[in-house]
Amino acid sequence: MSGLAEFFDMGGYAAYVWPSYALTLIVVVLNVVWARRLLAKSREEARRRLAMRVGGSES
Amino acid sequence: MAWTWFHRLGSPPYLYSLAARLTPWFAWPTLVLILGGVYGGLVLAPPDYQQGDGFRIIYVHAPSAWMSLMVYTTMAVAAAAGLIWRIKVAHAVAASCAPIGASFTLCALVTGSLWGAPMWGTYWEWDPRLTFELILLFQYLGYMALRSAFEDLQRADRASAMLAVVGVVNVPIIHYSVIWWNSLHQAPSVMKLAKSDMPATMLIPLLMMFLGFTLFFVTVLLIRLRGEVLTRERSASWIREAVTL
Repeated sequence: MSGLAEFFDMGGYAAYVWPSYALTLIVVVLNVVWARRLLAKSREEARRRLAMRVGGSES
Repeated sequence: MAWTWFHRLGSPPYLYSLAARLTPWFAWPTLVLILGGVYGGLVLAPPDYQQGDGFRIIYVHAPSAWMSLMVYTTMAVAAAAGLIWRIKVAHAVAASCAPIGASFTLCALVTGSLWGAPMWGTYWEWDPRLTFELILLFQYLGYMALRSAFEDLQRADRASAMLAVVGVVNVPIIHYSVIWWNSLHQAPSVMKLAKSDMPATMLIPLLMMFLGFTLFFVTVLLIRLRGEVLTRERSASWIREAVTL
């Protein structure tokens, strides 16, 4: 077996090792996406709240 | 005088801008540590003498399990601070922790299951550590469900904070479960750091992953915290500054 194929075979544990790493990657990426989406949404809402106050009294 | 930095942290505008400025300082080391740790764990570390290459799951499983406990502890401490001193920002920290902790608890459970399948011959066993870790996942989910059940943010903060504080008893139970009970789960291999059985090429990537995951938590927490702080804020003057930047 070539070096690279051997690496991907993970000594016969490929079916367990790679899904573990793939899932962890997904969790990491989703955490970043969710956090950025939350921030973007709250900024959007804050902007809307500000717009509604325009013309009204400032607190 | 020594407490002024602490009081400033409780001020939403200050915290918002500080979190924004700090984010890259945590994000870049996170990226370097995790990429280095994955390379070291998959390529440089030698196969385990018993578990062969299957042991390499440890580099994603153990740091995920560490996150599940560390994030919960942070959440409970922040929730307690919010309850006791009525600090709005502390409640914002606690609320930010839950989804991060829940996702890594699930990750720890599934990667552990994928590790257990070839090593123990089963994907799941009602073993103390596994069972209490599953309960921890339900605690996170319950916390988030409770928060979303309230229309009023302040009431959501207080009710969910009490749940978080009470639930913290599960953290030491999970940590010591492999010592207290005759568990299928293997004993900790890193915590006894001083006399760790691992060779350096195995241990160093693992330590990089632990540190990398911890910094990743701080990075994501800082981003979420800005959102939570903004949602809680009613005063217009600094919101204008924050959203027009």
